[in-house]
Amino acid sequence: MTKPGKVLLEPIFDNNAIMAQVLGICSALAVTTRLETTITMCFAVIFVLTCSNMAVAAIRNFVPSSIRMVVQMTIIASLVIVVDQFLQAYAYNISQELSVFVGLIITNCIIMGRAEGFAMKNGVPLSFLDGLGNGVGYSVVLLAVGTVRELFGSGSLLGYPILTLTRDAGWYEANGLMLLAPSAFFIIGLLIWLLRTWKPEQIEEE
Amino acid sequence: MFEHYLSIFLTAVFIENLALAFFLGMCTFLAVSRRVDTAVGLGIAVVVVQSITVPVNNLIFHFVLREGALAWAGLPELDLEFLGLISYIGVIAAIVQILEMALDKYVPALYNALGIFLPLITVNCAILGGSLFMVQREYNFTESVTFGLGTGVGWALAIVALAAIREKLKYSNIPAGLRGLGMTFIIAGLMALAFMSFAGIQL
Repeated sequence: MTKPGKVLLEPIFDNNAIMAQVLGICSALAVTTRLETTITMCFAVIFVLTCSNMAVAAIRNFVPSSIRMVVQMTIIASLVIVVDQFLQAYAYNISQELSVFVGLIITNCIIMGRAEGFAMKNGVPLSFLDGLGNGVGYSVVLLAVGTVRELFGSGSLLGYPILTLTRDAGWYEANGLMLLAPSAFFIIGLLIWLLRTWKPEQIEEE
Repeated sequence: MFEHYLSIFLTAVFIENLALAFFLGMCTFLAVSRRVDTAVGLGIAVVVVQSITVPVNNLIFHFVLREGALAWAGLPELDLEFLGLISYIGVIAAIVQILEMALDKYVPALYNALGIFLPLITVNCAILGGSLFMVQREYNFTESVTFGLGTGVGWALAIVALAAIREKLKYSNIPAGLRGLGMTFIIAGLMALAFMSFAGIQL
């Protein structure tokens, strides 16, 4: 595979930030009760990740290494403020539902990790692809978790009823656990199991 | 009055545990919970940093950022709330840095114990999350001290408990694909389930 293609595709399955490196879990678990909030969060993270990667790569040769963390943090925080203000202006309900988790994109370790680990060493175009790839890898996991939780927790997807609930004279009894915190842990745990069965080289020895 | 603060504290420790109910600080929660002694070190560091940063950010919010907060400087109409995120993270990074230097100078024993964990804490979402929740819930200064301490203790409790379980885990026979990370998630889920039983408690 060519280098740009590898940079773009590798983070999606082979070296997924959430599944393989355990980064950025906090938001992955907290915003996935409904698919709508999940999708909003995915776009927010992809935007911040690609922009911060490009910005960090663009200035990487001018920043003294002793203050690089502060510079990265400032870039990321400014981008997150842009996203936060944008959501409050155009999608107020969703931004209320996401509450503090939009702000917490700042401390999402994926973004800091890519800035430090990739963008500081590579040019702008490659960093863009790396940001996009990691953002998409993050989104794939989030969307999978969000789909399972909304489908089985409220019998709907994106608000449209898929499984008719018993309270609407249907057959499906909504699984309330899916909307609560523990289910997110279980689903990610099982997803990791699935991924590692498919790609056995990721199995850890303890 | 005392009961009000006790209620904020206990809610923050058990009912709304930052790690298990809001998934904050998960990266470090999962990565640094292999052994109990490191988990205790990180837990103490989080308690310390959290009980300093939440009140300080509370002061910043009330005296600088809030709408009309700069009236004392002759700018009664200024609303700087949009600068919240960048200020809180700046304050957190600065406090962690200062704490590191102060500990290094005055309490070298503690510095050696906590040293490697302190920089990690800057990017721990539990710390920033604590400050953001404090602003969202409009706590006053004393409430924010209680809340900061409570969330810190709750997070420390969760990571020490998880580390203790993981230490015992090496004696169990886990399916290959689930070993390590996968199993840790499922245990964290079971712990979250257990912590949910506190939810019915009324203070």
